Amino acid sequence: MKVPLGKIAHTRSGDKGDTSNIGVIVYDLKDYPLLVNELTAERVKAFFGDLVKGKVERFELPNLGALNFLLHEALGGGGTAALRIDPQGKTLGAALLRVEIDYYI
Amino acid sequence: MSLTPETCGAAASGDARMIRIANGQGFWGDWLEAPVRLIEQGPIDYLTLDYLAEVTMSILQKQRQADPTLGYARDFPPLIGRIAKRMLDRNVRVIANAGGVNPVACAEAVRKAAPGIKVAIVLGDDVLSRIDEFLGKGYEMRNLDTCAPLATIRDRILSANAYTGAFPLAEAIATGAHVILAGRAADPALALAPMIHEFGWRETDWNKLAAGTVAGHIIECGTQATGGNCQVGWQNIPDLANIGYPIVEAEPDGTFVVTKHPGTGGRVHSDIVKEQLLYELGDPKNFIAPDCTADFTTIHLDDIGPDRVRVSGIQGRERPTNLKLSISYANGWKAIGTLVFSWPQALEKAQAADQIVRSRMKQLDLQFDEIHTEYFGANACHGHIARFSDPPEIQLRIGVRSSNRKIVDRFTRELIPLVLSGPPGATGYGEGRPPVREIVSYWPALVPRGEIKSSIEVLG
Repeated sequence: MKVPLGKIAHTRSGDKGDTSNIGVIVYDLKDYPLLVNELTAERVKAFFGDLVKGKVERFELPNLGALNFLLHEALGGGGTAALRIDPQGKTLGAALLRVEIDYYI
Repeated sequence: MSLTPETCGAAASGDARMIRIANGQGFWGDWLEAPVRLIEQGPIDYLTLDYLAEVTMSILQKQRQADPTLGYARDFPPLIGRIAKRMLDRNVRVIANAGGVNPVACAEAVRKAAPGIKVAIVLGDDVLSRIDEFLGKGYEMRNLDTCAPLATIRDRILSANAYTGAFPLAEAIATGAHVILAGRAADPALALAPMIHEFGWRETDWNKLAAGTVAGHIIECGTQATGGNCQVGWQNIPDLANIGYPIVEAEPDGTFVVTKHPGTGGRVHSDIVKEQLLYELGDPKNFIAPDCTADFTTIHLDDIGPDRVRVSGIQGRERPTNLKLSISYANGWKAIGTLVFSWPQALEKAQAADQIVRSRMKQLDLQFDEIHTEYFGANACHGHIARFSDPPEIQLRIGVRSSNRKIVDRFTRELIPLVLSGPPGATGYGEGRPPVREIVSYWPALVPRGEIKSSIEVLG
């Protein structure tokens, strides 16, 4: 069964220069293995498409039931020089809630 | 804490115990009432206030250039004036990086606003006058994001400060001052410093220093730890109008509880603390602070009661050999103009208007470094991921950037004519021409730790 990520996890996003980070946290720890299997760096890169010019890195925090993604070259240059309404990527975490994952537990 | 400021740390007398460290300011511009409420609505021992975002130092540097008595967070001295009596009555001490690029002037303003308050200033972070000395020593100070060497922007540098750690702040606390004032102290160091002072932690107590750093990271963004900007049941988080700011109850062994004053709004829960732990995080095993390297994969959270999260198990490693510099530099000009188009075909109208503006700028041969268009109401936040159909209104938002101020200024005159000459139904031009703003950019870099020597000056 396909479900949007927002059914099983919440997110918080922010910036470091032109890199956005998105923390993805499962509501229920039993869903963490599924999150690790489904939400790969490749998956996130494909989902954002040309919104992310650089690579996507993924880090695991099993103690928090969380994954941390770094989206490189994702903020139009970032910081004060960027011309976007969201140069700090504060809303990118919410965008990721829409990604569909296979829910098989 | 019941220590008087004259006491030199509880660890020395062997009766170290829990201390309460609150944060009442997540950035300069955060809620003015927050620090006052923290000190009035319940017990705290230390009140930390974080005023500095990445480019705040450059704004302050410009203010100092215009007036040598400025260059600090101007909200800070009147705040101390407002809470000074409570601070003295309840023995609450304030630790803040409000000093910006002129901590001495800030301290003098504090003394003027609150004559009974003793202020200790941590100096030594400002390295603007030492940039050429560093370059001469062969420190390239390459941009940590782009790898470009600092020499490429040498003539455009506006400010340069080292992120300093908690030990100089702890030394300042030991002077007995009521206000401990720093320039570019690292955000988490503000909360770690009182733990070092009270518990007698040493420079090689990596696990404890990591625990205090994590505590500082949790509270440094204010209410992001107590239910602000939180996705978890945001509709049901109580009374955000009276949200409580975060408090850490720190123990000498490095464990701590995150909480807030009883009766305040917001919520403290492990889900919320997790969101803040992940905020602006890089590699979780290597959270690099001036005083240690913290491993976020060792953090253990327990919900131990209403609005109480216990944090334990944190491990750390050696501190970095370099300190990070916050350098800012002039990086050209920009302007962002907007127009609103209404239903029907709001998006199509906005797109047509964008084409007209771009065509006219091309005819004028305005060569920008970047032109960026967003359709606010359709795709500004989420790009192609957003889903919508025939929106009731769309705001066209065009931004341009150039090192040439003149052509950016010319752009600001190109939007309003479309009210009469573009697609139908344009409005939202009441603010007139958009302002041209100078861009001050951030340049993170490294220097050897040994180059930065802190010193303490006491007023009062």
